[in-house]
Amino acid sequence: MAFTEKTRGIYADILTGLKTAGLFKQERFIHSAQAADIEVEFPTGAPLKKVINICANNYLGMSSHPEVVKAAHAGLDSHGYGMSSVRFICGTQDIHRTLESMVTKFLGTEDTILFPSCMDANGGVFEAVLTKDDVMISDRLVHASIIDGIRLCSAMHDTFKHSDMEHLEEKLQLHNDKRLKMVITDGVFSMDGDTAKLDAMVELCEKYNALLFVDDSHASGFIGKTGRGTHEKYGVMGKIDIITTTFGKGLGGASGGCVSGRRELVEMCRQKARPYLFSNTIAPPVVAGVIKVLEILSASTDRRDKLEHNTEFWRKGLIDAGLIIKAGDTPIVPVMLFNAKLAQDVSRDLYEEGIYAIGFFFPVVSQGQARIRTQISAGHEIHHLEKALDAFKKVGRKYDILGKSKQEIIERYGM
Amino acid sequence: MDEMKDVIKNYVIKEYVEDDTDVTYDTPLISGGIVDSFSMVSLKRFLENKYQIAIPDDKATPEAFDSVNKICLLVNEYLK
Ligand SMILES: Cc1ncc(COP(=O)(O)O)c(C=O)c1O
Repeated sequence: MAFTEKTRGIYADILTGLKTAGLFKQERFIHSAQAADIEVEFPTGAPLKKVINICANNYLGMSSHPEVVKAAHAGLDSHGYGMSSVRFICGTQDIHRTLESMVTKFLGTEDTILFPSCMDANGGVFEAVLTKDDVMISDRLVHASIIDGIRLCSAMHDTFKHSDMEHLEEKLQLHNDKRLKMVITDGVFSMDGDTAKLDAMVELCEKYNALLFVDDSHASGFIGKTGRGTHEKYGVMGKIDIITTTFGKGLGGASGGCVSGRRELVEMCRQKARPYLFSNTIAPPVVAGVIKVLEILSASTDRRDKLEHNTEFWRKGLIDAGLIIKAGDTPIVPVMLFNAKLAQDVSRDLYEEGIYAIGFFFPVVSQGQARIRTQISAGHEIHHLEKALDAFKKVGRKYDILGKSKQEIIERYGM
Repeated sequence: MDEMKDVIKNYVIKEYVEDDTDVTYDTPLISGGIVDSFSMVSLKRFLENKYQIAIPDDKATPEAFDSVNKICLLVNEYLK
């Protein structure tokens, strides 16, 4: 037996270390479908509790939307459960190509290729389109999956300070001798809920002849007037060379992702991207579900409009209650608590009040930036948000943080 | 030499320090977590452009870049 007591001990020590450092992650079991109202077993073995979920990426409430569920059922019946193949061997059905065309149209790009997830899209795309003669210049706060993709690519890598356009310009000058330059950013940043200044970035990329890459996972379906994404919000549709996004958030919530953009770049991914070549195709019922999501979103902006109203209501409610939130206009609304223990305590007390929201702290965000990240959905009704606001007020009063400044909270609770 | 030290120190502060962390000529930059190894690239390119030198990749190690003083030594090797 190779897994000796000594080996076991090594891992036991590491896991204990995580626990003492407060970094040990624990799952909570949800016994219902994903929605605004869920039933949760937490801690394990405890009786089920009905709570309001304000921490899902279910921005458009599609995860258990009846029409999407129905379409997935129909897809299951007509196209089967799985394909038992990667795309290029025998894993491409008519509906995969239909979905690719629909995404292309929805995002306003030239072509699209599906991946098993957006993590895979980001993991494979850079290596497929860049070489050691090129440079990747990324925002310092891009998502972990982009960092992994960058690590797998032989091109030179440099960073610019978060959303700092002057710094980005310096970097574009510094690397002007490279064959290709690619500027890399998230459209909406998932921890702060702020958006990349894509209009300014397009301008810089045109000035310095650089490609622009945007991960719009937290934007596709609802940011911009018709929900096409961050590029729509900034009036630069058609000017982003590569957009990656996920079907695991606003666009249905099941799974899958894609690379969408310039025809040649998408074709390079079809020829070379390893997660596309070596991982199974998206399952037919999921493809059928995403097709329905895009049909719903293309026919009407009702859902993204409702999300926008809910977001305004929620942001205003938190500010009026005297809590500190990160400014912005996306449905990602971080309630700042600064201290890690305070964030955990507030999260636990909110749960007691029937509100499910999670504390984030170092190393997921910087030291002294602990927070509860709330995420609003078109699946929420105003009564859900009112109840959640009441809970935030009650818990806020308990910890005496309502109306207090950052300085006052830090003085009382520490960083 | 002192002028070069200040040029490099100021670049490091402007490029990598986002709070009021103090950087001296001897502050460990990479082992001290101020410059991550990802970002070393721009420091190397800055030095090469500024001083019109070429630092071979195998000499641009995290150890050789670990303080303003060490970086100066490295640059001076290639200046001649
Ligand atoms: C910005 C960003 N990109 C990519 C991903 C990964 O998406 P997927 O779940 O499809 O792998 C996420 C999800 O957490 C994300 O937030």
